[in-house]
Amino acid sequence: MSNTHTICFQLNGKAVDVTVPARELLIHTLRERLAHTGPHIGCETSHCGACTVDVDGMSVKACTMLTVQCDGADVLTVEGLEQGGALHAIQQAFHEEHGLQCGYCTPGMLVRAYRLLQENPNPSEQQIRYGLAGNLCRCTGYQNIVKAVQSAAKKLAAAQTATA
Amino acid sequence: MIPAGFDYHAPRSVADAVKLLGSLGPDAKLLAGGHSLLPMMKLRFATPSALIDLGKIPDLKGIGESGGEIRIGAMTTEHELLNSKLIADKLPLLIEGVGQIADPQVRYRGTIGGDICHGDPANDHPALMLALDASFVLSGPKGERVVKADAYFVGLYETLAAADEILTQIRIPVPAAGTGWSYTKLKRKTGDFATAAAAVLLQMKGGTVARVSMALTNVGPTPLKCRNAESYLVGKPIDDGTLKEAARLATESCTPGVCLRGDADYKTAMAGEMARRALQTAQSRAKA
Repeated sequence: MSNTHTICFQLNGKAVDVTVPARELLIHTLRERLAHTGPHIGCETSHCGACTVDVDGMSVKACTMLTVQCDGADVLTVEGLEQGGALHAIQQAFHEEHGLQCGYCTPGMLVRAYRLLQENPNPSEQQIRYGLAGNLCRCTGYQNIVKAVQSAAKKLAAAQTATA
Repeated sequence: MIPAGFDYHAPRSVADAVKLLGSLGPDAKLLAGGHSLLPMMKLRFATPSALIDLGKIPDLKGIGESGGEIRIGAMTTEHELLNSKLIADKLPLLIEGVGQIADPQVRYRGTIGGDICHGDPANDHPALMLALDASFVLSGPKGERVVKADAYFVGLYETLAAADEILTQIRIPVPAAGTGWSYTKLKRKTGDFATAAAAVLLQMKGGTVARVSMALTNVGPTPLKCRNAESYLVGKPIDDGTLKEAARLATESCTPGVCLRGDADYKTAMAGEMARRALQTAQSRAKA
């Protein structure tokens, strides 16, 4: 085994440090060392997006990033979406619109939708489909996933108006 | 799937990266966005002894304009290109190409420099760079040199960059005002490489072609510059007849490999069709 590295990063707002071999992929560190099993391992070949997490404001496939590259990063997984026991608006919208069937792709979909709506709070249907193109749903429930993201956008806009 | 073991280095300057590359020897690889290299390492198609991560070098990032050229740091991501107002204003061809690369997650990590250096003719930047007449800045132990994109792509996974050189910057001349553009890509699904694609820049004057630049993706061991089609088109109008002949000339040098995307005849035919459509679209956008 080659060299190991001790690195620190923020995981859902909490500082963590891990000592990992250079070849360890972020998805394995999250699932096996840090017990964050929300991000799923789907294809392991950078296609399916089930392992999507947010790293420094970017949606990233955690199977295609080395943990050592995350030193100092701010990482958000699906576990970090709910606040104080309340579902995030995106989670609530997926629940209400039946945006999941088997649920395997859902953690990646949610985290990707979160970043999409951060960057574009009022996306068109086409922009949602383009923005979620890196996440595959093998149940092919895309219709309701798109509806859920549209609904989440409305919820978030309403919440913003309410607090403004 | 986990890569074989390697040593990891994250230098903070180009000079340090060049030094490391020299001292670690030919088994060391540069890591850019990692979306070609890491998958290859996971499949053990690549087993470098060391990775030199270029992600922590601030000098390799950023987009600027200088002396009529757009200068792009090699580690600038596809996402950053796609969201750059400067690129949108000056190089709409690049925006159209980048928007068709892979998917959002890959574009957040994938870099223009990595895409170019990988030397894969299926990547989209190589043909875009040929059409845009780009130059590349290479840094090595003996200093810097600037090479033309035209001479850079030598063969499959083979470029002009020496083993001890690092691509640091991409320089693209700003096309004349009124230049039309198109990157037309046939792919089976989102995220797939091109079955065939064509990149075109087109200047019209008085109803005929004043200047045209065209290159093809994934129909040979390197991206292909369509010189015969270009010289044929100059001075002619864009109509059904000239489009047909230009497309025929563009496919003359196609030698695509056979894969699940199709056989050689199909891919060559599609390259011609992409060339035809790209020329047509570029003409509709050109202002004479």
